Amino acid sequence: MAPNVVVLDYGSGNLRSAVRALERAGAEVTLTSDKQAALDADGLVVPGVGAYAACMTGLRAVKGPEIIGRRLAGGRPVLGICVGMQVLFELGVEHGVSTEGCNEWPGTVELLQAPVVPHMGWNTVEVPEGTVLFDGVTGERFYFVHSYGVRDWTLVTNDRTRAPLVTWAEHGGDRFVAAVENGPLSATQFHPEKSGDAGARLLRNWVTSLVRP
Amino acid sequence: MSLSVRVIPCLDVDGGRVVKGINFSELRDAGDPVELAKVYDAEGADELTFLDISASHEGRATTMEIVSRTAEQVFIPLTVGGGVSSVEDVDRLLRAGADKVAMNTAALRRPELVAEVADRFGNQVLVLSVDARRAAGTDSGFEVTTHGGRQSAGRDAVAWAVEAAALGAGEILLNAMDADGTQDGFDLELIRLVRAAVSIPVIASGGAGRVEHFAPAVDAGADAVLAATVFHFGTLRIGEVKDALRSAGHPIR
Repeated sequence: MAPNVVVLDYGSGNLRSAVRALERAGAEVTLTSDKQAALDADGLVVPGVGAYAACMTGLRAVKGPEIIGRRLAGGRPVLGICVGMQVLFELGVEHGVSTEGCNEWPGTVELLQAPVVPHMGWNTVEVPEGTVLFDGVTGERFYFVHSYGVRDWTLVTNDRTRAPLVTWAEHGGDRFVAAVENGPLSATQFHPEKSGDAGARLLRNWVTSLVRP
Repeated sequence: MSLSVRVIPCLDVDGGRVVKGINFSELRDAGDPVELAKVYDAEGADELTFLDISASHEGRATTMEIVSRTAEQVFIPLTVGGGVSSVEDVDRLLRAGADKVAMNTAALRRPELVAEVADRFGNQVLVLSVDARRAAGTDSGFEVTTHGGRQSAGRDAVAWAVEAAALGAGEILLNAMDADGTQDGFDLELIRLVRAAVSIPVIASGGAGRVEHFAPAVDAGADAVLAATVFHFGTLRIGEVKDALRSAGHPIR
């Protein structure tokens, strides 16, 4: 049976492409802001475009941080896309204003330091060993469109914990997080749903990894 | 490695139909924008732009259906422009499945609209379309025009690009009206001037006729190149343009 995926609907923007791309990847998809549906789904996708602060306001209005937290406590998969990835970090700083994120990961989302911003278009990524998401597409380009990013993440690892797998990208001399895989919590700064065949493969990799309870 | 140069075909859509072009052998219906979008996608287009030239309200409603059908079948970014004049228009297009919206006359008429759209949906959503032509008596040597280049908007083109970027435009679609339709090459001077003045991406448009025209536009500072006619009539295929860019040393997808 196809895993069911909820795309969390908490604001405006193009969610149609995400829904269709996930369906094409083999999921049964529901677009909703319903908390119970979002908790029950085999996989939850947190999309997001626009301003960090506006996204956090929208996300809080549908109890997004609580839904994400509860799912992760049960080891249940969540995938953040674009600003949906950024809000998983500790803090977002836009136009000098700091907004608290979901704080699942340490780090600040800040303005990219590149000659041309937004970072818009197809870019390559540096993928770490052992990734599930990039299986079969490590050398491909993905579609990015963003002005802010996580430019610094010092991973701490020891005998008891496993460090997140972090994929990086580079634009105009600046380096930033392009994707993260951390147990049940995954995220991409780029838009897999807009990244043609490479993005389709990445989404299929994620959908395939969803284990039905 | 770095960001690749985007090659963007533009489709003129009237009442939900592509304005007459070549009948590619792989098309069942040359007038269906969705079919044509699929062909461009398969050929390696990095984005698609639909320009709605419908004059009627019904025509525009049909465009919404086209946008939805395209977004459900083609998984590369889609920009839609033509007659976009309010925050509500932008919202409708995004909900229908557009990723970006191009705005022209309405932004000139009321520049605050740029800021309103950017505040609500983010800078990345708004492509400011600037139809520029050479004009004596302007600071940069270029003025903004409306009505397909027939009327002067009474503004300096470079100054307008700078103002719109400050208001929150995420990208400039720079249409060289003097070069448009000539197929003699892009207006490199215009591209250089705007590139030097703004730090948001610049899409060069107008004048493409041969494969060797594209690399100089990128050398002049364009982040992306857009063309309608040469792709539409099959004079050039997207793959050829990308090969030429690659040969010139530019990264492509």
